[in-house]
This record gives sequence, structure tokens and C-alpha cells, in this order.
Amino acid sequence: MNLLLEIGAEEIPDWMLTGALEYLGAAVAAVLKENHLGEANIRTDATPRRLVIRAEGLIAQQPDSEERVWGPAKNAPPAAVAGFAKKQGLDPDQLEILSDGKAEKYSYIRKTAGRAAGAILAEALPQLVLKTPFPKTMYWTGKGGIRFIRPIRWILGLLDNQVIPFEIAGIHAGNESSGHRKLGAPRFPVTYENYEQKLRENFVILSADERSERIRAIPTKYKCDNDLLNTLVNLTEWPTPITGTFDPGFLDLPKEVLMMVMRHHQKYFAVETPDGNLAPRFVAVTNTDGDPDGLIRHGNERVLRARFNDARFFWETDQKRKLIDRVRDLASVTFQAKLGSYLEKTERIEQLVLHLLLYTESPGKSPTEADLRNAKVRYTFGPDKPEFQVVRAARLSKADLTTELVKEFTELQGVVGGLYARAQGEPEDVAIAIYDHYKPVSMEDSIPRTQAGRLLSIADKLDTLRGCFRVGLIPSGSKDPFALRRAAQGIVKILVEGKLRLPIQTLCEGSMQLEEFLAERIRYYFREIRGFQYDEVNAVLSSGWDDLLDLEERLEAVRAVRPTEDFEPLAASFKRIRNILKQAQFEGLGDTLQESLLELGPETELYEQFTATRSACRMLQDYRAKLERIASLRPPLDRFFDKILVNAADPAVRRNRLTLLHTVLAEFSTIADFSEIVTNSPDKESIK
Amino acid sequence: MHMPQTPTFQEIVFKLKQYWSDRGCIVQEPFDVEVGAGTSCPETFLRALGPVPYRTAYVQPSRRPADGRYGDNPNRLYKHMQLQVLLKPTPADVIEQYMGSLEAIGIDLRKHDLKLEEDNWENPSLGAWGVGWQVMLDGLEITQFTYFQQCGGIDLELVPAEITYGLERLTAFLQGVDSVYDIEWTTGVKYRDVRYADELQYSVYNFELADIPTLWKLFEIHEAEARRLLELYKDYSDKHRFPLLAAYDHVLKCSNLFNILDARGAISVTERVGVIGRIRKQAVGVAESWVDQSSEQPA
Repeated sequence: MNLLLEIGAEEIPDWMLTGALEYLGAAVAAVLKENHLGEANIRTDATPRRLVIRAEGLIAQQPDSEERVWGPAKNAPPAAVAGFAKKQGLDPDQLEILSDGKAEKYSYIRKTAGRAAGAILAEALPQLVLKTPFPKTMYWTGKGGIRFIRPIRWILGLLDNQVIPFEIAGIHAGNESSGHRKLGAPRFPVTYENYEQKLRENFVILSADERSERIRAIPTKYKCDNDLLNTLVNLTEWPTPITGTFDPGFLDLPKEVLMMVMRHHQKYFAVETPDGNLAPRFVAVTNTDGDPDGLIRHGNERVLRARFNDARFFWETDQKRKLIDRVRDLASVTFQAKLGSYLEKTERIEQLVLHLLLYTESPGKSPTEADLRNAKVRYTFGPDKPEFQVVRAARLSKADLTTELVKEFTELQGVVGGLYARAQGEPEDVAIAIYDHYKPVSMEDSIPRTQAGRLLSIADKLDTLRGCFRVGLIPSGSKDPFALRRAAQGIVKILVEGKLRLPIQTLCEGSMQLEEFLAERIRYYFREIRGFQYDEVNAVLSSGWDDLLDLEERLEAVRAVRPTEDFEPLAASFKRIRNILKQAQFEGLGDTLQESLLELGPETELYEQFTATRSACRMLQDYRAKLERIASLRPPLDRFFDKILVNAADPAVRRNRLTLLHTVLAEFSTIADFSEIVTNSPDKESIK
Repeated sequence: MHMPQTPTFQEIVFKLKQYWSDRGCIVQEPFDVEVGAGTSCPETFLRALGPVPYRTAYVQPSRRPADGRYGDNPNRLYKHMQLQVLLKPTPADVIEQYMGSLEAIGIDLRKHDLKLEEDNWENPSLGAWGVGWQVMLDGLEITQFTYFQQCGGIDLELVPAEITYGLERLTAFLQGVDSVYDIEWTTGVKYRDVRYADELQYSVYNFELADIPTLWKLFEIHEAEARRLLELYKDYSDKHRFPLLAAYDHVLKCSNLFNILDARGAISVTERVGVIGRIRKQAVGVAESWVDQSSEQPA
């Protein structure tokens, strides 16, 4: 049998269609499976006004089923047996006595006749449809009424072309569908076989792929943008693209602004010239079958002209005041109630940028107040110096928040500042740093192009993180109104991919919560984006993460050495050491190894190999070589555990052995905490 | 594109009123207290509450102080005209009816591109929200369509559809003009002739000359009066006589004063939420009392 279900609704938001279909397809499959109606072939489709499920190969009738029901024990009083029989609708003599494997019991076989697929679906479909998970639902039949994304206006429900009898919100399923709002008939009967064809005759293309092809078929070469394409596919039933033009005079405005207006505000594709510049044309996608009189084109051109005129008006108004003069206006723009104005934020970013510059100049040295004062003086002059440019960019970075253009197009903050900086004659590096400083806006986005942009971006994000954590605005669960995860993730990405050696942990200023938050982002970055194993990441993170470039090198070394023969057994041994020390509650403080107490044989051998390895490692620069050298400790360690009893009778010897193990562990845990590595070897060990 | 049969601004208003009158709407005249949108009028905000069906249509001049542009901007106005339609409960063919209204003013929808794009509406000052669309005609937003879900923080018994037409935009579209000031209001009279002075003078007032301390004082006076009345309502014996409509006027006054203060730059981002909360408190108070009063009324 085949099933055709179409839920006809008023226009469903374009971005919700995909999720709804995923759910509906899976839910129908689950109902069929649960009810033994066969492994049907399911296909889902949607337009803004309909959610459609088609299934083929359903079984018409559930198979009859049998189930053995167990009753009271053989020696139960007759009343209990009669009661059981009555409950099942039987006479006691219809029961048999059988063993259920443990005891003899009364029982019988209950036979259930399989139900017809239509009856099962009629019962299941209303709830199934209403459970579609939409982000924001509404009610329309009255208070307390059912909820859906938008009102349901018709339901088409056919099983082998017979109407499935059910209703939702007072709408009874029938055999009719509905066409395009203006070009098609409001209601017409369909069958499973002619459904798509009938829709097509009524100006509805059911297949999203086909709608997408229709949009892409226009000869005008436009910048294809998949997100926008998907939006338009899900916003139309009969998409027809048209090309419009605009006054080339608008091309004097920045491309970014023109693109933003076309893409985000008007949902137009921008058109490029063969050399990659913007052409004074656009592609709009209509929900019609054409525009023979050019009325739609004319209307869209008019709207775009008004929008561009607005943008030009803002651009020209904004130019009357330079960014540098706007900085003080930031005093009246609140960053966050508890964290003050954007002017205060600007000042903090400037200080942070100085900090970061000093760290890049002398790595490992924390700058003093005096260093910062000096740096400020040094960097405030000399526009040709790169340091000057970062500090200048920091000063100007938030000034665009006071411009009309950013008030209108908030998505362009930073970008607009960069464009204005350039137009106002700021050094190119200053302009680029401002332009880029919100980057990366996602894990896929690139990091700022220049060193200045990277430092500025880190300073801005770090300030937001430190500030929010200081006043307790810490993300919890899915709540992250200040996008702190994105900020932290951005810092990690810039440090690693921008090859910046900055002491990120030190820069957390001792906030344990912020450190843990950043560490989580670091784990995420190396696991999900870079594909390292979670235990490798945990192992190197345990050995410190102040310098992410160093962390990256250690990680790569661990990954490279991990498949070698000795590595995992060694990791198991280290885990064993850690457990032994933990059980003995041995901190290793104040104890020094006494060579005289070492027993000849495996113990001295381990000690000698250890000291040799230690001095060899100290000569080596490369983490991988060091790890390989450390891995060679495996045989003596194995022999040690084989032959030596750590828990010696003599307390001094016992203590000395624990000290030896502790020294070995401490020495080699600076690259990674090997005990974090997950191995197949047993990791539970008690003192023998 | 300006053809001789193109309707004037006032003809469009007449036609839309007639159209909705034919569909059972009470055609109301504009409300006489300043509002930022037709939704705030008692004809929508209060009538949406309770179990009594209602249909109304009216033009509402709506004041948005921050949108004033001294009469310079071709598309932005301090005060624009909305045609507000409330259908409670929503008829099942509401969208078809709405499309019919566009055809009634001369838009052949077979030749134009109409899209309903998700746009949910919310007015935090009134504790009101709904879901719906912005209606796009050839890329121009001409209407806001909302299914109300709550007013004054109260779940609505019957869900109304609210259709709000932006009359200037719609007329500029039909008349094919780029500036609202070039709209023909009636034959031989432009929108500019009628409205330019309002736009200029109120922009000067709202952005430059409004006295901030005075506005705050007024805000507090109206807020206090609304609060006093709502307090009084609680123990008032003859509830159906009680002037909740007057209390609501004071809430609307607060809302408009807030908008002017905001345009004047007198409200910081931090303060905003707090002041909106103060207005909402009174609006919610009126809504709750209104529901109570309606149920108390002698049959």
C-alpha cells in the first residue's frame, strides 16, 4: 500500500522546514515499524504551505499476533483461577496448565487480530503531526487549543487513495490538495499517483531540488550563496528568478554595505562582473511564473533604490565626524550595565593590547605598570610602527557603534569602522585591524588577516570574557547571551592558527572559572576541529596550556608517538605509578632519593636508565624525540614492577621507592600526563 | 507607472475601509491619544481580551519619535498612518480575505510577487506578542500580519488576527513614486502639502527642544495617575462603572513620553529595560482589571 499525507498550513518559516521533515519522516517510519506495517520506503517534501510524507510498501493489515499469558499457579485456590479466567474473558476449562520453566501455572494463548493499516494511521497521525518540534508554536482555535507552527488549513490523507479518517484542529483529512495562492486552484482532488503532477498544474513544485534548479537556471551570473538559496527555495512554491538593475552611481558605496542590503534586507543575489567587482544588477527570486510586464522588476528596483539611498545618506552623514572624534561619544553607549560604557571598554582594550604587545616582545615576562606606561608613550607616536597601529586600531575599534550606518546595519560593526578608517586616511593596517576584529564569527570563519587585527581581536574578546566572568555573567547550558563561547573559541583559534605565543592562562587573571571555560574551548578546538583524540588532548592539557603553540607541538608529538610499540604500555605504567602514589598518599614533598637505599638489580637499573633518559631529554629540543626517548623506559619499568615490592618492610626503603617513582613521574609529565592516556592495560594497581 | 486610474491616498483609505466594512468590521475613527501603533489603541489592545468576538478597522496615525527625519528622508516618518484591522476570532480564510483587500485597491496579484515572511511581533511595554509575517509585495514590506497570543501578559481566549497596512508605503507603491512626500493625497494635493510641517516641527521638538526634566515629570504624573486608578479599582464596589479606559489613557501617555525621551537620547540602554518594565506593569494592570471588569458586568 502507499501513503500520502500532506499537512496544509499557512506559510511556515523557511528555516524550519528541514527540521520538521526530518522529524516527520522518522516519526512515520517509527509508527510503521512499531505496528509491524512493513519497512516502507519513505519520502518527505515541503513547500512553505505544506509538509508532505509519502510512503510505499506498507502492509495493509497487521499480522495476527499470539502471546502466552500466565496466570496463577497450579495449586492456587479455584476462586483465583476463576478470577483470572474471567478477567481474560474465558471459562476456567479453556486454560491449560504448563510450566513456565519455574513452576506449573495456568495459562492460555491470547490471539490478537491484526488491525488494518488505515485504522492504525488514523489513530496515530494526529498526535504524530502535532508533536512536530517547532522552535516557536502558536494556538489559533482558542485558549488551550492545539499548537502548531502556523494554522493548519487542510489535510490530505490517503492510503491507497482511500481517505484516512482523522482530524486535527477541526480539519478532517480528505483527498484534496491546494495550489499556489494566486496561480493555482484553492482545492482539487488528487491521487497518490497524480499528486506531483496535479500540484505542478497548480503552480506548485514539490521538490526542493527542482525549485533550487529553477532558481539557478537564470543566465545572469550571480554570486551563489547557499544559505540564501536555501531560504529562497523554502520561501517559494513556484520560484522564478528575475534580474533587476540599479544606478551604477551606488557602486561608490562600499561593496559590503551594498551586499548587506541586497542579501540580508532584500534577499537578492548580488551580481559580479567578470573581473570580480560588483555589477549594478541583482537577482530577485519571485514566487510567480514570470514578470511579462516588468512590474515586479520595477517594484524591486524601486525598493532597492530607496534602501541604497538610505545607506548613502547614512554614509555621508557619518563622514561629517571622524572616528577619532566619536570615541568620546562612546561614554553614552552602554556595553553592559555592570561593565560600563563602550568608552570604558575601549580603554580596557587599549591596556590589554599594550599587555599583549609587551608579551610578544619579551615572552614569559609579565609586564609591570612601568612597562605599560612606557609602552604607551612609545607606541602613541610613530604611525609607521606596527605597535602604533595596533594601539590606534584599539582606540578606534568601537567608534563605529555611534554611526548611523552601524545603527542601521548592526551586522556590519567593525567592517564599517574599518571602511571609515580607510576613508578618513588612517594607516591601512589600522583600517584592516578594525575591519577584522570581530573575526572569527564562527569556527568556519577565518581569523583576522594581520597581526594587528589578531591582537586587537584577542584583546576585545578577552576583555569581554574577563569582564563577564568577573561580574558573574557566566554562560550556563544553552544560555549564552553575550556569546562568550564564541569569544573564547575565537581566541583559541587566533592563537593557534595565527601562531601567537601569548600566555593565555596567565591572562585569565586567576579566575578559575574562566580558566576552566577556556580549557573546555581548547579541548573542543583540538578534538572537534583538529581531530585529536580526547585522551591525548586531556593528557597534554594536564601538563599546562598557558602557551597554546607549545601545547599544539606536544599534542602532535603524542599523536606521532602513540602508535609506536612502547608508548601505550609506558602510559599504562605511568598510570600504575600514579595509582600507587595516590594509594600511599605520597606527595613527594621534601624527600630526596637516596641512592644507597636502592636495591641492586631492577631498581638501580631503573634509576640509571631514568637519569640517562633525563639528561638525554634535556638536550633534545623536539618533543617527539623526547617522547621516543621516554618510551625506551618501558623495559626497565616493566622489570621494576615485576621484581620489586614497592611496599617494602623497611619504611625507609619503601619511602625511597615511592620517591623514585614520584621523581620519574614528575620529570616526564611536563609534556603530557601519560596517565590520562586510555589504554587496554589494567590501570588498577595496589601496593604489593 | 502613475496611471490616471491610480487611486489617491484617501481613495485607498476609503476602499480599504469599505472592503473591511463589507466583511463585518466596525469602522472606527482614529483614537485620540498619541500611540506608537494602532495595536496600542483600546480598540485592539483591550478588545482582543476576553471571550467576545469583535471585528474592527480604523486608520491610526502612529507616532514614532525616533523615526522622524525633519521631512528629509523619502521613506521615514515621525508620524505615519496605519490601517489597522482586527478580526477576532480569526476566520479560516483570513489570508484570502487579506489578499482580496489588495485586489480591491487595484493590485493584480497575478502580476505581482507576494510573499509571507516570518516576522513575530512583540510589544514589551504592553506585555503583548504574537506570531506572524511581514507581507512582502515585490520586495516591499506593505503589511504586518499577526496572530495575537498575549495582551497585557494574558493568554487570549479567542485568537485574533491583526492586519496592519502601512498606508504611505502602499500608496507610494501604487502611485509609483519614490518619496512618500510625492504621494497624491487627493487630486492636486501632495502628501508634502499636508504633512511636511508636522514632520519638520516634531523632529525639531523630539530631537532638539523637548525638555527632558519636564518629560520625566510628565511621565511620572501619568504613571502615578494610572497606578492610583488601578489601586482604586481593587476595592471599588460598582466595578462596571470604573474608568479603566481613563487609566489606560495614562498608560499610553507614558508610552509616548518614553518614546520621545528615547529619541531625545535621554534613556540609556540600561535604563531602557527598567522604564519599559514600569509601563508594562501599568498596562498589565489595566488588562487584568479589564478582564475582571468584563466578567463582572451585569448581563
